Amino acid sequence: MIQFRGVNKWFGPLHVLKDIDLRVSPGEVLVVCGPSGSGKSTLIRCINKLEPIQRGEIVVDGMPLHDSATDITKLRAEVGMVFQQFNLYPHMTVLLNITLAPMKVRKHSREEAGRIARDLLAKVGIPEKAGQYPAQLSGGQQQRVAIARALAMQPKIMLFDEPTSALDPEMINEVLDVMVNLAKEGMTMIVVTHEMGFAKKVAHRVIFMDEGRIVEEGSPGEFFANPKEERTRAFLGKILVH
Amino acid sequence: MSFFAFLGMQYDFQWSVLWTGERGQWLLQGILTTLRLSLTSWVIACALGILSGALRTVPWKPLRLLAAVYVEFFRNVPLLVWLFFWYFGVPQALPRAAQDWLNHHGPEFWSAVAGLSVYHGARISEVIRAGIQSVPKTLLEASVATGLSVLQAYRLIVVPIALRLIVPPATNESLNLLKNSSLALTIGVAELTFMTRQIETYTAKAFEALTAGTLIYLVLCLGIASIMGQVERRFRIPGLIARAGRAEH
Ligand SMILES: Nc1ncnc2c1ncn2[C@@H]1O[C@H](COP(=O)(O)OP(=O)(O)OP(=O)(O)O)[C@@H](O)[C@H]1O
Ligand SMILES: [Mg+2]
Repeated sequence: MIQFRGVNKWFGPLHVLKDIDLRVSPGEVLVVCGPSGSGKSTLIRCINKLEPIQRGEIVVDGMPLHDSATDITKLRAEVGMVFQQFNLYPHMTVLLNITLAPMKVRKHSREEAGRIARDLLAKVGIPEKAGQYPAQLSGGQQQRVAIARALAMQPKIMLFDEPTSALDPEMINEVLDVMVNLAKEGMTMIVVTHEMGFAKKVAHRVIFMDEGRIVEEGSPGEFFANPKEERTRAFLGKILVH
Repeated sequence: MSFFAFLGMQYDFQWSVLWTGERGQWLLQGILTTLRLSLTSWVIACALGILSGALRTVPWKPLRLLAAVYVEFFRNVPLLVWLFFWYFGVPQALPRAAQDWLNHHGPEFWSAVAGLSVYHGARISEVIRAGIQSVPKTLLEASVATGLSVLQAYRLIVVPIALRLIVPPATNESLNLLKNSSLALTIGVAELTFMTRQIETYTAKAFEALTAGTLIYLVLCLGIASIMGQVERRFRIPGLIARAGRAEH
C-alpha cells in the first residue's frame, strides 16, 4: 500500500531522512516513535507529498510520487491526514469543515456530503456539534472533528502526526478511542505518537527513528519488551517514565 | 456668530450661499461625483489588490515578482503624478477607438478612476499580502491534504480568512481612497472639493464653502467606518476573531 525505497530528504544542508526503506501493507497499523527532530513528521509528510524528496522512490496505492505524471491531488484525496494542531478551518462550521472536500473534490451533493458528515460526527461522538465553529470546541472535540474531516473523503490511508500531543491529558483518551476503533475497522494507519498504550493495543508494528534513520522496528510485543538497540532502550526509558 | 464677533472678526457669515440658486445643485453633484469616483475606483482597486496580494504569496517566483513589481512601481510614485500621467499621458497612447470612447464618457473621470484604482490597488495589495501571510501555513497544508487543489485552498480557506483579518486596515485604506479622490480636482473632475472651490470663487464665501466640504467628507468617512464596523461584526469568526479583537483593544 505504501512503499519507501531508498528515500533521502534534505532541508537545505540538513539531511533529515537517510536511506529510508519501508513497506506498509493494507490494513496495517504502524506506529512511529523517536526523539524530537528525528524526522517522524517529515517521514509521514512525504507520503502525501507535503514534502518533496530528493532521492529514492515512494509509491502510494500504486501511484509513484516521484513521477510527475501522477495526479497529486488525486493521491491526496485517498490519504487522510490529522495534525497535531488540528488545523480546522476557523471560519467554517464543523459541518462545513467536514463536507467541504467531499463536495469540492468528490463532487458529492450538499445533502449527500452532509449525511456522511453527520454519520462521522456520530461516530466520533459529537453529533451535536455540527453547527458550532472550531474555536467553540475543546481541543479533544476539535481533533475528533479533524479526524471526521479526513475520514469524510473515505481515504484508503490515514496519517496521524502526534494527534494527542497538543491535548490536555483528560482529552487524550477520547481521541485515542476514535483511533482505536478506526484501527479495528481495518484502516491502514501510520501514527506518529508517544502513546505507548495505543501502540500496544492496536499497532501491528512499531518503528523507532533517530537522526533521520529507522533504527529499529518490530511488533509492539518485542519492541517494548526487549528493544535491541541501545538508543531505543534509552528513548523508551525516558518516555515510559513520564 | 457672537463668538467670532468677540474675537474681533468682522466676517459676515452667509451659510445660505451653500444652497441658494444653482449652488445647492453644485454641492449635491459634487457629493455624487465623489461617491461615484471613489466607489468605482474602490471596486477596481480591491480586485487588483486581492489578485496581486494573493499572487505575492504563491510558491512560484515569477508570479510573486510580477506582483511585487506592480506594487512597488505604483505605490512609490505620488498619486498626483499618476493622475497627471493617466490624464495627460495615457490617452494619447491609446488607439483611436478608445480615445473616442473616452471623449464621450468623460476622460477626466476615467483617468481619475485609473489613477486612484491602480495606486490604491497597490496599497490594498500590501494589506492583503499581510493578511494572507498571517493565515497559518498549516491551514493551507491541511486543505491540500484533503485533496483540494492549491487554487481551491486559496479561494475557500486562505483568502476568506485573510479578508476577515484585514477589515480594519482595509477600512483605513478605503477612507484614504475617498479622501484622495479630492485630488481629482486637479485634472478637472467636478467632485466635492472642486465644487466647494467653485462656490467659493463665485460667492467669495470661503469659510462657508470649505466648512461644508470638510463636514461632508467627515460624514462620508464616519459612514464608511461604521459600515465596515458592521461588516467586521457580521463576518467575525465565532469564538476566534472576536476574542482576538477584544484582546487588542
Ligand atoms: N520546513 C523545514 N525547513 C527546515 N528544516 C526543517 C523543516 N521541517 C523540519 N525541519 C528539520 O528537520 C528535522 C526533522 O524534523 P521533523 O519535524 O520531521 O522531526 P520530528 O521527528 O517530527 O520532531 P518532533 O517530535 O519535534 O515533531 C529537524 O531537525 C527539523 O528542525
Ligand atoms: Mg513532528
